[in-house]
Amino acid sequence: MTSLIPFIPLLPFAGFVVNATMGKRLPKSVSGGLASLVMVLSFLISAYLVWQLAQLAPEQRVLSNTIYRWIASGEFTLDVTFLIDPLSAVMLLVITGIGSLIHIYSTAYMHDEVDSEFARYFSYLNLFAAFMLVLVLGSSFPVLFVGWEGVGLCSYLLIGFWFKKKSAADAGKKAFVVNRIGDYAFLIGMFALFAMFGTLEVRGIATKVAAMPVETGFGLLSIATLLLFIGATGKSAQIPLYVWLPDAMEGPTPVSALIHAATMVTAGVYMIGRNAVLFSHTPETLQIVAVVGAATALMAGTIGLVQNDIKRVLAYSTVSQLGLMFLAMGVGAFGAGIFHLYTHAFFKACLFLGSGAVIHALHGEQDIRNMGGLKKYLPVTYWTFVIGSLALAGVPLLAGFFSKDELLFETFAEGHQILWAVGALASLLTAVYMGRLVFLTFHGERRHDAPAAADAHGHAAHDAHGHGGHGHGAPHDAPPAMAMALIVLAIGSVLAGYIGVPAGLGGHNELGAWLAPSFAAPVEAGAVAEAGAARAEAAAEGEAEEHGADEIALERTLMGVSSAIAVGGLLVAWFIWIQRREIAAQMARSFAPLHKLLLNKYYVDEIYDATVVTPIQVVSREGLWRGVDVGVIDGAVNGVAALIDAGSMALRRLQTGSVRAYAGSLFIGVVLMLGYYLWR
Amino acid sequence: MIPLSHYLVVSALLFAIGSAGVFLRKNLITILLSVEIMLNAVNLSFVAFGRFNGTVDGQIITFFVMTVAAAEAAVGLALVIALFRTRESLNPDAFTSLKW
Repeated sequence: MTSLIPFIPLLPFAGFVVNATMGKRLPKSVSGGLASLVMVLSFLISAYLVWQLAQLAPEQRVLSNTIYRWIASGEFTLDVTFLIDPLSAVMLLVITGIGSLIHIYSTAYMHDEVDSEFARYFSYLNLFAAFMLVLVLGSSFPVLFVGWEGVGLCSYLLIGFWFKKKSAADAGKKAFVVNRIGDYAFLIGMFALFAMFGTLEVRGIATKVAAMPVETGFGLLSIATLLLFIGATGKSAQIPLYVWLPDAMEGPTPVSALIHAATMVTAGVYMIGRNAVLFSHTPETLQIVAVVGAATALMAGTIGLVQNDIKRVLAYSTVSQLGLMFLAMGVGAFGAGIFHLYTHAFFKACLFLGSGAVIHALHGEQDIRNMGGLKKYLPVTYWTFVIGSLALAGVPLLAGFFSKDELLFETFAEGHQILWAVGALASLLTAVYMGRLVFLTFHGERRHDAPAAADAHGHAAHDAHGHGGHGHGAPHDAPPAMAMALIVLAIGSVLAGYIGVPAGLGGHNELGAWLAPSFAAPVEAGAVAEAGAARAEAAAEGEAEEHGADEIALERTLMGVSSAIAVGGLLVAWFIWIQRREIAAQMARSFAPLHKLLLNKYYVDEIYDATVVTPIQVVSREGLWRGVDVGVIDGAVNGVAALIDAGSMALRRLQTGSVRAYAGSLFIGVVLMLGYYLWR
Repeated sequence: MIPLSHYLVVSALLFAIGSAGVFLRKNLITILLSVEIMLNAVNLSFVAFGRFNGTVDGQIITFFVMTVAAAEAAVGLALVIALFRTRESLNPDAFTSLKW
């Protein structure tokens, strides 16, 4: 059974190899079909293994398979081991499940690319999936890091997929460089952990750290976890390294859905969840995680409020939601964070794919100011988009409601009222900007006319789609492959939350219980039964305690507040952008400086340019290039040559051309030599 | 019998006269003649050594030197004629263009 584990990442990798080597000669149906097929197979294997996992007792839910010994150096050994526990099970299903849908969607979305580009796209997508699966399956930091770097590479390749467009190539480069900063910190954090614990196995570290007291103050352990968290801010787009994610929208839309919403950006959240025991021992770092998460959620939410590019609104929304996940992680509510990660994957993928369908229908138009009134042309897209938006906004009984509510409740219950307020405000902003997005895109009068406008965008390929038959005026709805993915994800956006119905609504948080073993230190095999019994007892006690009347009342109150926030936010959006269109413009005018600040994303890019990018460029150009390279290195090489040149210039004067001078020097030489032998 | 040293002194004097001619005279033909004097100075010392050692080696090598000297004179004079044809001069200082 465990021998099936390697096939989960291996299948997408095989798809990558085939598409990368032979893709040029394969028709689109084969290359796209193969890429989708391997993902579906991978999903089926994952589902089977997770089902097997669920058959085990909660304490024993670990399936692992050691592939081979990677490093053996003296005392230290490191195996490449793939491990499925409840946490990686959730991630596996999200990655392969949503990944499959996005692959299928892509076969329609990318259909206008030529065969070789189409195969290139799918080879990258498969490679990404393989690396992401290695990331979540790896049982040790180095294996996780292989996946971590691999997804960074694929992200770079896919953002810059249309690399002939300069903005896309730049965005890819930016994502890569910003991620590299985080990876650097991550690597050092990894070394620090190795120095402290002598092992890089996540579970080994957890066992050792569980025996230590919780660190008070900011010690070595806190520094190590903080470094890991900086790595997570790079990958998961948090302050201060979030700047690459909005630019990443230059890539094809399904890529944004898969990588920059549902999977890769959640790697940081996953990493913290994976090391929950470790992070729990460093409350100082967790405090930082929570504050950074809340700040990111609020900041990105405010920016999302005024952006005009449909994908950028969703990108800032993603940053904001990731911030909420980190907030949950930071207050120690690991289960709630992963829960939100899981539901978010559904509705954000749904929204991105929906926006892709809109862009597809409008031949590359991405500016919501030029949309409007699309409801009647794109019914499937409209309804799925609305469901996704409502779920994201946190409207009761949809997926986002349960996870966001749990997340905010835990934050409040852990005693972080201010962070709760920030999170609630971010949720309000979420509801408002999602309402704005839906109303501006699909409602009101139609502001989009000439499909020819698409030529300006990199998406020009869509023009060759043969729209003549459809008539140029009316945008057409998503083709079947795209519609299928949208509908499945919309259903997921409705139902995904029901595995975590809170106690306040008379439910039981199944997901929280399922994940709990992953966040505790691993139990030795012998002690399993005992610990299991103790745990069951504790759980029973905990349940009684946890679901005390006060607690439930608090949970219900907060639930009411967040429902009111969600609905209120949507109503505000409806009032501003449907009822009184002039209010929006009026507000933009009366708060002109604020509006400008938000529209320019707090000038963070400009600040980074001025404080980091430009100094580095200046130092590199003036110091490293003109100073070190030209001055020292070239100087040394050219100096030796110049010295020899000058010496030769002096020595050549000896050759006069006069026969008698030569004869004279010969004579003197012979005399000197003879003299030496005679008088020595 | 005249001692060996006398021969060697004469030989050295002849060699010195020859080399002085090579260095000081400004006529290529005179220089060639001076070279011949130097060769004959050496011949003299060879023959003298041969006589005093009671061997014929000195005389044999002298024949070789004379052969080389004859060849050298032929080639040298031919070169002198060629040089004179190009420069209308026999001054060795006129022929210094063969350098760097």
